[in-house]
Amino acid sequence: MGRYFLRRLLIAIPSLLGISLVLFAVLALAPGDPFEELATNPNVPAEVRANLRAQFGLDDPVAIRYVRWFTAMTKGDWGFSFVSRVDVDQLILQRLPTTLLVIGSSQLLALLIALPIGVYAATRPYSLFDQIANTFAFIGFSLPTFFTGILFILIFSITLDWLPFIYRADISATGWHWYWEHFKQALMPVAVLGLFQGASWTRYVRSAVLDVIRLDYVTTARSKGLGEITVVVKHVVRNALIPVVTLVALQMPAIFGGAIVTEQIFRVPGIGSLLISSILANDTPVIMAVTFVFSCLVILFNLLADVLYGWLDPRISYR
Amino acid sequence: MGGPLLRVENLVKHFPVKGALFSREVDQVRAVDGVSFCIDAGETLGLVGESGCGKSTTGRCILRLTEPTSGEVWFDGRNVTAMDAQALRLVRRDMQIIFQDPYASLNPRMTVGAIVGEALTIHKLANNAQEYDDRVVHLLETVGLHADHMRRYPHEFSGGQRQRIGIARALAVSPKLIVCDEPVSALDVSVQAQVINLLEDLQQKFNLTYLFVAHDLSVVEHISTRVVVMYLGRIVEIATARELYTTPKHPYTEALLSAAPIPDPQVKRKRIVLEGDVPNPMRPPSGCHFHPRCPRATERCASEAPLLREIAPGRVSACHFSA
Repeated sequence: MGRYFLRRLLIAIPSLLGISLVLFAVLALAPGDPFEELATNPNVPAEVRANLRAQFGLDDPVAIRYVRWFTAMTKGDWGFSFVSRVDVDQLILQRLPTTLLVIGSSQLLALLIALPIGVYAATRPYSLFDQIANTFAFIGFSLPTFFTGILFILIFSITLDWLPFIYRADISATGWHWYWEHFKQALMPVAVLGLFQGASWTRYVRSAVLDVIRLDYVTTARSKGLGEITVVVKHVVRNALIPVVTLVALQMPAIFGGAIVTEQIFRVPGIGSLLISSILANDTPVIMAVTFVFSCLVILFNLLADVLYGWLDPRISYR
Repeated sequence: MGGPLLRVENLVKHFPVKGALFSREVDQVRAVDGVSFCIDAGETLGLVGESGCGKSTTGRCILRLTEPTSGEVWFDGRNVTAMDAQALRLVRRDMQIIFQDPYASLNPRMTVGAIVGEALTIHKLANNAQEYDDRVVHLLETVGLHADHMRRYPHEFSGGQRQRIGIARALAVSPKLIVCDEPVSALDVSVQAQVINLLEDLQQKFNLTYLFVAHDLSVVEHISTRVVVMYLGRIVEIATARELYTTPKHPYTEALLSAAPIPDPQVKRKRIVLEGDVPNPMRPPSGCHFHPRCPRATERCASEAPLLREIAPGRVSACHFSA
């Protein structure tokens, strides 16, 4: 097990190298200049821009720039944001708590919806409950988040005026009031993302449970004289959970990556909106860092999913 | 006590076939269509018929693992079909089932010990951990497995061993009746014999009663005291094993027996080859279900369903012409 883990981590190194190379090449090929603003400003002489470019080594060949970025990265220096003029790692750490809170709780909400509804619907397939759940699940994952997000803002912020539609990281209130304000502003983005994710997971949980519930060992469990709840929880859900856990684990990097669209709609100052604004501003060090961290997480959670498999399914052993 | 251990009366199971829109019931599959028989304590009743004739469904309905549409099942003087969930759980200490597919019938995430022992916990048959372990080990050894198999998982075993685990599991609660739902059909022939012998040994040792569902006629002949033959959800003939195999009374039984291979190429015999397929159980033929394929069918068979009637003591047949 330990050796397996170590080997997988070692295999991850060349993959990450490849990923970083591709990312860097794509960004280098993309048009745009982080100091474009200076070019359009008549008060700034052209030499200033040229000097800045030279200072940051932007005119060097791509290969040299990549090696420079890579050596700095391995030393823990993630670069410097052209736009915000702070270190990239600081910038990411600033945005991280908000993202973790909003996206994390939305995934939690999705699980809390999907597990009970999916399992209950599967134990009574084609019943009224199942049909209603299916219908809502279809609606839920057919509506894109940018639509439901705007719809929510229209209803709850504009018409009813219950919830704020701009997310603020710096709420000045204190005590319980502070928590309440945070809760209120997080409610809509969490609901939009959670319902969307929950809808598709409900379908997934339902089909996973349906696959298991018709197997003989479930009937065996019933014939032993087990109560229906024990049968479902112990024999059905635990086996059905194997594919579900994989799906959820592979979704987890999204918590860090943030939901770009939703963060944009609700102005949530998370990683997703950081990525968008830095792409728009050609802020290459930030883009590079965010996407690279994202790839690391994808690899890490893949590994974690594999380890979880082994824990959930005794048929899998690691060598 | 007297009387049979299990009495099945007019058991019916219709599976609804639903239409796509608004899930209206559009039709029914008549899997079991009025089946009645008895099993005496200590005997083995074979239940044979081709695929889809409702044998497995009958077995499952008796244990109410499939809810019967109508009819009654009396076990040990109690009406199983009228029991509530609580009483049903209790009666499952006395009635157990062994499934056909030993690969699907064991939970892959539980150790063999947990699979066999779970019922002990449910029915509080072990007072402490030591007693529980002893019981599980004893059960495993009874079916020819070892004590150290307890901590292993089902996928580490072969088909025959898995079926032994399934048997140990069924034995855990010391049942009176075991429904064997094609317990050897999924196994190699050599292993089949071992499992059959094991089942016979266990029957002697624990005074078990079996309902043995199978489609392999030679296996059924070997193990059964009496045999029930089913066709398309109905019983066509009941007889003792010897009588059925020597002098079948129903034309379907005759055809079934003539289709079973005899392991001697020198033997020449008349084969009755049935024409056509088993009819659609959603729309069974009128009158006698067997008449479209029956070599002896007359007009009467198409209009009038033959009743099961006693043609000799302990012998029943559902054919107008059996005598």
